[in-house]
Amino acid sequence: MSYAQLVGDWHALAVLFVAGVVPNQIWRMLGLWFGGGLDEGSELLVWVRAVATAILAGVIAQIVVEPPGALASVPDGLRYGAVGAGLIVFLLTRRSIFAGVVTGEVFMLAGKWWLG
Amino acid sequence: MALPPLDSPQWQSPWRAFAWGLRSITQTILTIVLFVTYLGIGALAHDTHFSLLWALCSTLFVWAGPAQIILITTLGSGATIIQSAIAVTVSAIRLFPMVVSVLPLMRTPTTKRRELVFAAHLTAVTLWVECHRFLPQVPRERRIAFVHGLGCGLVSVCLTANTVGYFLAANLTQTLGAAILLLTPLSFLFSTARNSREVADVVALTLGILLYPLAAKMNSGLDILVSGVVAGTIAYGVHWWREVHA
Repeated sequence: MSYAQLVGDWHALAVLFVAGVVPNQIWRMLGLWFGGGLDEGSELLVWVRAVATAILAGVIAQIVVEPPGALASVPDGLRYGAVGAGLIVFLLTRRSIFAGVVTGEVFMLAGKWWLG
Repeated sequence: MALPPLDSPQWQSPWRAFAWGLRSITQTILTIVLFVTYLGIGALAHDTHFSLLWALCSTLFVWAGPAQIILITTLGSGATIIQSAIAVTVSAIRLFPMVVSVLPLMRTPTTKRRELVFAAHLTAVTLWVECHRFLPQVPRERRIAFVHGLGCGLVSVCLTANTVGYFLAANLTQTLGAAILLLTPLSFLFSTARNSREVADVVALTLGILLYPLAAKMNSGLDILVSGVVAGTIAYGVHWWREVHA
């Protein structure tokens, strides 16, 4: 493993702080400083939670629809099938995360092996 | 492993409380889910050409899986720093209500705000869930130490997972590398679905997935934000409509 892979350049680390650490951490610190007087069940927070969930859903979709790196070697139908199969088992097993993840992975690997 | 009773002398030392927090990571399935998720994040960082140090720093200083994935995927697909920062900050808003609801569990009348800074930093969905489960069994004056232990344990698990995932992605065949990358969407999808108790959560999750491919066609660079705000607002509308007609 090379120096570039282990440490990389300082510019990338600076980007991490500007685009990642500060925009994320600011909400925790706001919660610490101003949280006392806020009603947890307020309508604004219900909306915020819904948007945050939908953004996370978009990220999940992005990784499956426009896969990075090695995942791009898996055909579209097989990726969608793996997520679908995992979801079905997740629902059938009364929401077992473990069963869903294992099923999705096995489906993808079996499909890859079968396709050759 | 059961925690000692509230009046046990075990709780007299804050270091003991820290150790009990540390050991409590073995008491939850969420530790395995976190491990798997961060294995995926390590692999993702490798495949989008970030360094291992970068991946470890993101875990240490961001400490929020979704934000880290958003950061890696947006920067990796050519978004600007501003676009990534906006997507990250919107995803992180959910930390605000989490911190607001979890800190009162640890506070005593004499607790100073600066004593809670590290606990606030450690707050993310896993810690938030576990605090509600474990803290009633911990004496109030030892809860901050306990949470520090629990959080440090979870961070260590994730740093290890990042490193393992990064090296696996670098050395495995393409098929196994793909399998590790697939862990991230699967674990996020199912853990979010599991936490979705209200109809609004389910609508937000489902619509958020379905609307993303449409939003991506607009090529605005803010695809995730557009689909997220639209899907989330519709989900809120459903919540509001049900409240009114309840």
